[in-house]
Amino acid sequence: MIRESFAEGKSWMHGIDPRLLFMAFAARLDFREVMHRLLAPVIFLLLLWAVLPWSYEGDALTVLGPVVITRPGVTLCAQISLKTVSLTVAFIALVATMTVDTLGHSLNRLQLPDKMVHMILITYRYLFVLEQEYQRLVRAMKIRNFHPKTNLHSYRTYAYLVGMLFVRASERARRVHSAMICRGFNGRFVSLREFPPNPRNHVFSLCTTLSLVLLVTLEWVKGANP
Amino acid sequence: MHISEGVLSGPVLVAGAAVALAGTAAGLRKMDLAQVAQAGILSAAFFVASLIHVPVGPSSVHLILNGIVGLLLGWAAFPAILTALLLQAMMFQYGGITTLGINTVIMALPAVICYYLFGPFTLKKPRVAVPAAFACGAGSVFLGAVLVGASLMFTEGGFLEVAGLVVTAHLPVMVIEGIMTVFCVAFLKKVKPEMLPGYDNAAPGQSIAHGTML
Repeated sequence: MIRESFAEGKSWMHGIDPRLLFMAFAARLDFREVMHRLLAPVIFLLLLWAVLPWSYEGDALTVLGPVVITRPGVTLCAQISLKTVSLTVAFIALVATMTVDTLGHSLNRLQLPDKMVHMILITYRYLFVLEQEYQRLVRAMKIRNFHPKTNLHSYRTYAYLVGMLFVRASERARRVHSAMICRGFNGRFVSLREFPPNPRNHVFSLCTTLSLVLLVTLEWVKGANP
Repeated sequence: MHISEGVLSGPVLVAGAAVALAGTAAGLRKMDLAQVAQAGILSAAFFVASLIHVPVGPSSVHLILNGIVGLLLGWAAFPAILTALLLQAMMFQYGGITTLGINTVIMALPAVICYYLFGPFTLKKPRVAVPAAFACGAGSVFLGAVLVGASLMFTEGGFLEVAGLVVTAHLPVMVIEGIMTVFCVAFLKKVKPEMLPGYDNAAPGQSIAHGTML
């Protein structure tokens, strides 16, 4: 099942105005779930660790039999790993703690084109519908005793499944559009969502802006005197 | 086909975001109101379809399907793929906010290229349509893998091995996507040919996102 597991929490982070997309860590998320989500990037990082340290040129760190482990290779891997993990965690804490509809409405307030906001909200709305549609088709296949194997029959069956998914999506889009026209849709996006002022928002944005300025200054100073 | 966060250098990410922005703007401009719902719901279908895993020997691969999305949507593939990737990042943390632009380009640019190269042939006789559909499915994955490789190479010369690994690793996926696209196009031709580009003597370059529906 598709689930927005991080958007369901109730910490103060969830109450922060989503228009403030800055850095923080206090979202009180389920630790194991976060680890689970970090698994995919970590697998990719392992691939890098497997290839880069010996293929990268530079002075040797250690020699393991015929393989030379280079210092720049290991440094690069470590840098990438740190960046990947911190970016992913920051993204989970800041963006994934709101639901997609909140994101859509706040992007609308940030002057994103109406059509893009429509697309994000419509995709979000029908994602779950189409996922159920897909589950239904899979169930029908299983009842007809479909066992996927590496052969042309399986691939054809999957291709028809995908084709059917697209056909149903297109048919549904036609009905949805007609229904929107019936309700007077004229292309303008009317968002009724309000983001009430909250003193925490100002404190939060002030702190994040200050830390951002500090980080940029540090980077700049470091760049000036290496 | 996702590039993780933190791997690419700043300039590559900025360039990717700029191309994604331009493509999305072009896609949105070519879309009229009737097609917003089409593109949105097909984007949702693309999201769901990319969760399907097909078996390959003892392992399995998940479908990418950007070739078919290109055929069905044309330029609207850019906003549709951007939306799907945004939602995937929001819900599963596949990819992320800094790589959203480059990942969109990696999947949507090949989709649009294959739409122009092979779209006009999908409704022809099977002798023409089958190779065209195969080339569309395989080619869009190949171009995507090349873009992944190129963005890794522009980040760091030493990534050449990783880039080569990416393209090689996608070879079986290319074959599978090609086969899937052939069957999928054949299916759509029977069931709902108006979804394929160039249906009903419409000028080439017209797809479902550009008219003919309704």
